[in-house]
Amino acid sequence: MVNNTTRIASVLVFLLVLVAVCAPWLAPYPPEETFFDGLTLEGAPLAPSARFWFGTDLLGRDLFSRVIFGAQTSLIIGVVANGIALTVGTVIGVFGGFLRSWVGVALMRFTDLMMCFPALLLAIVLSAIFTPSLWIVAMVIAMVNWVQIARVVYAQTVALAERSFVEATISLGATPARILFRHIVPHLVPTLIVYGTLGIATTVLLEATLSFLGIGVQPPTPSWGNIIFENQSYFSTAPWLVFIPGAAIVLMAVCFNVLGDALRQVLDPTLGARRS
Amino acid sequence: MMRYLLGRLSQAALLLLGVTLITFALLYILPADPARQIAGRSATAETVANIRTQLGLDLPFYQQYGRYVTQLVQGDLGRSYAQKTEVGEVVASRLPATLILMGAAIACELVIGLVIGIFAAAQQGRRSDDVVMMLSFVGVSTPQFVASLAMLYTFSVLLDWFPVGGYGEFKHVVLPAMTLGLLGAGWYARMLRSSMIDVLTQDYIRTARAKGASQLRVLMRHALRNAVLPVVAMIGIDIGLFMSGAVVVESVFGWPGIGQLAWQAIQQVDIPIIMGVTLVAAVAIVLGNLLADLVAPLIDPRIQLR
Repeated sequence: MVNNTTRIASVLVFLLVLVAVCAPWLAPYPPEETFFDGLTLEGAPLAPSARFWFGTDLLGRDLFSRVIFGAQTSLIIGVVANGIALTVGTVIGVFGGFLRSWVGVALMRFTDLMMCFPALLLAIVLSAIFTPSLWIVAMVIAMVNWVQIARVVYAQTVALAERSFVEATISLGATPARILFRHIVPHLVPTLIVYGTLGIATTVLLEATLSFLGIGVQPPTPSWGNIIFENQSYFSTAPWLVFIPGAAIVLMAVCFNVLGDALRQVLDPTLGARRS
Repeated sequence: MMRYLLGRLSQAALLLLGVTLITFALLYILPADPARQIAGRSATAETVANIRTQLGLDLPFYQQYGRYVTQLVQGDLGRSYAQKTEVGEVVASRLPATLILMGAAIACELVIGLVIGIFAAAQQGRRSDDVVMMLSFVGVSTPQFVASLAMLYTFSVLLDWFPVGGYGEFKHVVLPAMTLGLLGAGWYARMLRSSMIDVLTQDYIRTARAKGASQLRVLMRHALRNAVLPVVAMIGIDIGLFMSGAVVVESVFGWPGIGQLAWQAIQQVDIPIIMGVTLVAAVAIVLGNLLADLVAPLIDPRIQLR
């Protein structure tokens, strides 16, 4: 199942993480440093050169350094937001599927309700309510993204609870807590790994979109989305200012999507039964 | 059938009520003060207080929400703060643009996605399958604003084939619809490919092949009809998605639809418009899912509505 595409994607994910962690040592300049000679005499951004590899942005800052630090922002949000979404989604999905009382029903009705919300609109309204900082953006994304995970986990929990090994454990006298944590939750781990990986791609895309609208990560902290937001007025004369960070977003999302899909083919029990 | 429909519709009404409650509560805790926004910067504290009383913004939450729902049930969505017109009228005036873009985008998604999906399933495991599936990954991994800007740069700035933005003629809809269509086609292609591959292992496909049906006939007549169901569900989801989710594409291309309206309203803290747009989008999501469920038994008679 492991093909070349997956191998390349794994290597690229590793490199992206490396770039994000080592950003302070890899970037030639501090990302927020404004160069006096970083703009042309007319005040336009500089084209890529030996000194500024990706050119400079509208304020005369080094784009290469900003893109490298942007990887850090994306990954932090990707991991934090996705971690929260995964935790909330799993807790709600598991209890919704396992508790036969009104609590379980109420949890799933609430999830259904959240499914009816226009996700992007909800995220925009939420970011407008809270003054956006890195952590608030992560929270907003988590508040939107947990819904899908809760649905998947719920469906799996319900299916698992009806399997005969659970029935056998009940008849042996196990407490509900033991059944839940020793017998059901471990079976959810593969699904969570798959959705955890795919979710990073979704999160990175949503963060970029919010930052592009100006309500995500706020400048001067560089994020790939807000670099494009800041520089979009130069997009016809200095297209690299838009398309280099744009390519970075696509690259990161593609890598995590490819990796998540490969993991699904290896780990997802519902797929395995149907493959010939 | 009638009972099924009534059940679904009453369920939908409850969900929509929940959506209004949550949105209303979120907007209630919004730190921005709409009364000050309407009064303008130079207004006195007295004017602001007057406006607040007039709009009922000084009432406790449950009274404000109660008032909103009572009006809503009578078909009154309230008045826009910024434009001083009925929310219903403002939203209705934006509907045609959004519906045109939605129709064109779904058509693009279907044509591109189905062709790629069928091709990839037929070529399963070969180099060409890998290549088109990689392309579909790029499609689902590209944010709308990057794709919009790339389309604008290529076809408006470099080639000068289409206008940068605008509304009213056919040439205006091409770029926004293709942007949404190309990105969405990735999902359609992936979904159709995997459901086609499932169907192609079935016994009746072997039977069809054994009877001497050509590859094209097997794919189109026997496999596609059985594999197309997830695609229908996907169209249902897209109807809901494009009603509000085209915020980015609509603002980049200056397309005067619901998404652009929503974005403007959020920037102006025009709460009645935000409520109205969220409600319309939620209705579209619920209706889109309902439509997909209703169409399913027409395509696959084995499915029964419960």
